[in-house]
Amino acid sequence: MTRDVEAREGERLEHLTDEGAQEMRVRAPGHDAPGDGGTEMVLTGQQWPETEETMIVNMGPQHPSTHGVLRLMLELDGETILRCKPIIGYLHTGMEKTGEELTYAQGGTNVTRMDYASPFHNETVFAVAAEHLLGIEVPPRARWIRMLLCELNRISSHLLFLATNGMDIGAVSMMIYGWREREEVLRFFEAVTGLRMNHNFIRVGGTAADLPDGWEDDVTRVCDLVMDGVFDYDGLLTENPIWIERTVGVGVITAEEAKALGVTGPILRSTGVPRDLRRSPDSPLPYGEVDFDVIYTQNGDCFDRYRIRLSEIVESVKIVRQCVEKMPLGDYRVQDLKVTPPPRKRIDESMEALIHHFKLFTEGFKVPAGETYQAVESPRGELGCYLVSDGTSRPCRMHVRAPSFYNLQALPTMLRGALVADSVAIISSVDPIMGDVDR
Amino acid sequence: MADDDTTLDAADEARENVNEPPADPVLAAAAAAFPEAVAHESAGQPVIFLARDAWADFARWLHDDQGFDVLSDLCGVDHLLNAGRAVPAGVTPERFEVVANLTSFVHGGRLRAICEVPAADPVVPTLTGTYPGADWPERETFDLFGIRFDGHPDLTRILLPEDWQGHPLRKDDAPARVPVMFKGPGATPFQQARGR
Amino acid sequence: MSFESLPANFLTTRIEDLVKWSRRNSVWPATFGLACCAIEMMATGAAHYDLARYGMEVFRASPRQADLMIVAGRVSQKMAPVLRQVYDQMVEPKWVISMGVCASTGGMFNNYALVQGVDQIVPVDVYVPGCPPGPETLMHGILTLHEQIRTGEILQRRVTSPTGGAALSIDALDGAPEPEPTAPSGAR
Repeated sequence: MTRDVEAREGERLEHLTDEGAQEMRVRAPGHDAPGDGGTEMVLTGQQWPETEETMIVNMGPQHPSTHGVLRLMLELDGETILRCKPIIGYLHTGMEKTGEELTYAQGGTNVTRMDYASPFHNETVFAVAAEHLLGIEVPPRARWIRMLLCELNRISSHLLFLATNGMDIGAVSMMIYGWREREEVLRFFEAVTGLRMNHNFIRVGGTAADLPDGWEDDVTRVCDLVMDGVFDYDGLLTENPIWIERTVGVGVITAEEAKALGVTGPILRSTGVPRDLRRSPDSPLPYGEVDFDVIYTQNGDCFDRYRIRLSEIVESVKIVRQCVEKMPLGDYRVQDLKVTPPPRKRIDESMEALIHHFKLFTEGFKVPAGETYQAVESPRGELGCYLVSDGTSRPCRMHVRAPSFYNLQALPTMLRGALVADSVAIISSVDPIMGDVDR
Repeated sequence: MADDDTTLDAADEARENVNEPPADPVLAAAAAAFPEAVAHESAGQPVIFLARDAWADFARWLHDDQGFDVLSDLCGVDHLLNAGRAVPAGVTPERFEVVANLTSFVHGGRLRAICEVPAADPVVPTLTGTYPGADWPERETFDLFGIRFDGHPDLTRILLPEDWQGHPLRKDDAPARVPVMFKGPGATPFQQARGR
Repeated sequence: MSFESLPANFLTTRIEDLVKWSRRNSVWPATFGLACCAIEMMATGAAHYDLARYGMEVFRASPRQADLMIVAGRVSQKMAPVLRQVYDQMVEPKWVISMGVCASTGGMFNNYALVQGVDQIVPVDVYVPGCPPGPETLMHGILTLHEQIRTGEILQRRVTSPTGGAALSIDALDGAPEPEPTAPSGAR
């Protein structure tokens, strides 16, 4: 990746900017702003001129601590980070383009792989957006099943965060403990949906199938195991002096900076803004009928984000237990024949069912022309879907508002003035999922 | 809800007066402050269509006066294959649209602002002055659609390699399914079995 | 001069077996988790499925210290040169497992953004299908690789084959009875 030092006047592909997409310009002494006429050199790799005191170092995209394929260009003064430029796109999959080629029934398979640590949330937001355009009302049991699965997914995603965050900061055993409880949740997902990850279970109109018999006992067992694990993690980390030294006061972001950059989720809640889309009055899932707290803190540092996610696991367990008590009976899918395929055995009995099945799986159902933006609270923040339909069976535009994309925008703000060793802790506390960032 | 039937609340008024200005107070204020803009309700969500020269001013007004402190999302749309779409009266449909979904944490409201962008001159003012969080989404829209944002501090490709030619999310660019590559003789047994 | 090129006699055969045994039992993977498959790869390394029983729990960050590159996830066009560079930095003998359908063939994303199969960039020894493959499937792929290392299959084929890959495929295992590792088809 090393390149010779070269003059960059007028040689760039895009003439609109001073810094390249993948470069950082070294600032000559006395010149602080990029684009200032004083500096002509652009450096990458490991070369730096002797006259400068700062160093530009590349971190990633293959690195054990960048949570996926994130590349950072850091300008260092010794160990202190002066500037940081995240370079993303190493996992760009063209999912929004693929989404325009798939029907609405297939769209879930595509969307679920964006934020692959919380697949149910992706599927939910896509299904909710399509249902909003279709104007159909999902039955109550389907909404409660969706909420149950989304909250269990929040638990498994936060366990993943605790595991990777712990390992990055040095508590290597956290990796094993976090995965131990996560396996229990994934086992329940496999029992319900057939897959451990990327389920395509939440579909337009409801869910793909009903919950299996005995799910209440399974879920209760999972909740008990998770709560035992959470108490262990709390005892291991929260008052651990090493943990506190490494996370308190590190990676601070203020509420104004967070709101200006569009940051949502636990990072925003760590700055004192109690914003949680689960509390919004037009939430598509029945959070209004369960009792839970929104956790927020004031300091905006890594320790706060860790505490918030740990406490959110406890709140999610509360919600899941209430789902077990209050789950309504009824259909798991809206019984609209134009949207929901008929049960397989009906196909042998009824010509109409056969034709519906054929049309739904080959052509797909048509969604009326229009546009909508729907959002849910994923473990990383506001996950939104902006869906534009042109009246056909495939979306005209399917754009997903990825929470990690906006959260990562705030990374340079959080890294300014931090030490290189802290950069790992800070990136980890942002909890980015690169599938979401790059789509 | 008032029990007295002689007084109408806001919901009743909206139902009675379908041709009146929108019931959403922000839309009504926007229609007053920006008379060229077209306010619209799309599937129950407030939308406002703006001309390009009002785009940045509207964002500044919305942020300062109406308490919309957060830009939730900004993206582009290509309507090349959807040219005959229905738009509200007063809006000239163009090939591209830039769509901004804005949220107020102050009063919980949401608003969608849409700007029609012609294919011949795809330039739109940047919102990064008001919403620094528009930085990366505008880069992404530039990368995938080729829409330029005037005044953006660093308008370069963000998701695709720097030297990529073309803008894949345009409808006439980069087909979504590429033909499977032919490997030719010397393929491994696995590849031969797959017919590559 | 490698062990494989010595004429086999009693002493060198024993040493050859010793070398193969030690290579097989301490294959150290390089961290190359890209997407969803990386989560399942981490789950395979975690306590429940435990790669440590095969001596593989040390995921080396530096490719210079790694033997095995498990390409776990979808490889975008931007990532392809990085992938090749990491592969080139690995020291022989090295193996590649293509984990998941995105790494094997491009998966469900047949579009402009992904490399349609990582074998266009690096020679792959074992393809593990699944989206994502469960830990049991990945382990079956790893054990298949171990078997091929034990019999010397892979290194022999790399000497004779121009592409240098072993081109094995296995069936997805989750829930099904365990199949035998398939014998490689085609010329040795």
